[in-house]
Amino acid sequence: MTRKRRPPIAPEDFRAAGGLLDRRIFLAGGLAAGTLSSSSAGAEPLSVAPWMKTPGSPFTPYGQPSRFEDKVVRVWTNPPNAPGTGAARTPLHVLNGTITPNGLHFERSHSGIPDVDPDAHRLVIHGLVRRPLVFTMEMLARYPMESRIAFIECGGNGGSLYQKDPAQLNCQGLHGLVSCAEWTGVKLSTLLDEAGMEPSAKWMLAEGADASGMSRSVPLVKAMDDALIALYQNGERVRPSNGYPLRLLLPGYEGNMQVKWLRRVKLTEEPTMTKDETSKYTILTPDGKSLQFVFPIEAKSLITQPSPGLTMKGPGLYEISGLAWSGYGKIAQVDVSADGGKTWAPAALQQPVLPMALTRFRMPWRWNGGPAVLQSRATDETGYVQPTRAELIAKRGGKTIYHFNGINSWGVDESGEIKHVYA
Amino acid sequence: MYTPSRSIALALALGTVCSVGCAESPNLGRVATPEELAPWDISIGPDGAGLPAGSGTPRQGEAVFIAKCVACHGEKGAGKPNDQLVGGRGTLAGDQAPVKTIGSFWPYATTLFDYVRRAMPLNESKSLSNDEVYAVVAYLLHLNGIIEENETIDARTLPKVRMPNADGFVTFTRGK
Repeated sequence: MTRKRRPPIAPEDFRAAGGLLDRRIFLAGGLAAGTLSSSSAGAEPLSVAPWMKTPGSPFTPYGQPSRFEDKVVRVWTNPPNAPGTGAARTPLHVLNGTITPNGLHFERSHSGIPDVDPDAHRLVIHGLVRRPLVFTMEMLARYPMESRIAFIECGGNGGSLYQKDPAQLNCQGLHGLVSCAEWTGVKLSTLLDEAGMEPSAKWMLAEGADASGMSRSVPLVKAMDDALIALYQNGERVRPSNGYPLRLLLPGYEGNMQVKWLRRVKLTEEPTMTKDETSKYTILTPDGKSLQFVFPIEAKSLITQPSPGLTMKGPGLYEISGLAWSGYGKIAQVDVSADGGKTWAPAALQQPVLPMALTRFRMPWRWNGGPAVLQSRATDETGYVQPTRAELIAKRGGKTIYHFNGINSWGVDESGEIKHVYA
Repeated sequence: MYTPSRSIALALALGTVCSVGCAESPNLGRVATPEELAPWDISIGPDGAGLPAGSGTPRQGEAVFIAKCVACHGEKGAGKPNDQLVGGRGTLAGDQAPVKTIGSFWPYATTLFDYVRRAMPLNESKSLSNDEVYAVVAYLLHLNGIIEENETIDARTLPKVRMPNADGFVTFTRGK
């Protein structure tokens, strides 16, 4: 079988300044010889490795990553006196595709990870209902289930980009509070229908079984629309750090509302005004007023490769790759710039593109070895375009840490080092 | 603020989707009694419904604070190593760094009772008696200049406390 090779990159293949190429260039078969190959002079014969000469290790009950991947881990910060309070971040810069492995899904906990015994745990639905109900985990497991792939992003992800100077952190440190998984569970609407909602019910309080009793008010419209009581995460039971034995999934909404270790749903007429929907997760603006109930995550994108720590290995052809997502639906388009936003070219979107899920984008780039500023800009299916950092801050100020979705910039210097810059 | 699907909007407008359980639904939940739910029903909204019996004063609260809170929140709630609870009034507007405390930022006093009772002290949450929670709430309100030293906080008085930043919140609307 022969595949048609495309000719070497020609001037008409460039789509934007700084070496951005037509997104189809990698799809059209290999590039013709001479474009990518490096010198073969002095090459040694390939060796046959020792692991090809003796049997490998036996089976294990639960598989683990290769020992050579031991740097692919979460990193976290926590306040003094509170080792379980804080956030552990997903290493986005060393992952690919769109699904986050369960052991690397970000976590935000408000008083540690509880060791919940599923046999002792209960889910209660009460408040403005005709029949208050209590469910065991065994009962819930008998309900019809649904799966959906959804991102979860902490409302505080990217918060350091509101600062005056660019924080010198990598992709994980700046943006690692977003992950994506396939969640499987029972539709909350099924359980609410069984309890029988009173006409006056407009909100529901969702409360967790952790030591902080984390709680948030959720509009009942959202609960009835697409909320899931998630029991499974990427095919296995939800991990303790993500809410075992069950968590609330509210596709597209800020992570804090998607209450882990869910134990109670109380239907109310008005929001309960919990600590985390008043003193936290509200956006203080320069006029001294705070925006409250900012629920869906606005369209956002981020280049994960290359990014700080992943130093360029000399001029040549690279793939720029990253993630885009929107709490309002599907990603419609991602544009990439290599010159700090002066010129843009559309990236290829990896299929399938799902609503409220991470979408992988890819863009061929021929780096000429000079300075570059890499950016990505997402547009979602509602037509919303991710703003520049300057536009976001002009509107919202810099007094908050929440819901940062401005365009992120990576500066590449002549040595191939990459750092976080404002552009 | 969000766009419900039409069917849900219609269902909510009509008040119910299925009145008492859908015929095709598994209906496995057991009906719970109010007595059974009482220990779990700890959330307190701005109207104060569900606040328990008991009361406390700032002076009583000072003793609780010194015993249970000062190690993390500092003397008189000044903060360090953890959150500052007192002060910061007048720092929300303008270019200055905001100091968000109970006094400068929290819009409802009921939230303070709800949160302290469910989550504090961090290493032994739900260990304070209702009187102790009322007392420490009274102390923090007094330190923030919101109530007088001789006032008593209980189920009747707490929802009536007007917080300095009560009007400081605007419901978000997309595009605005």
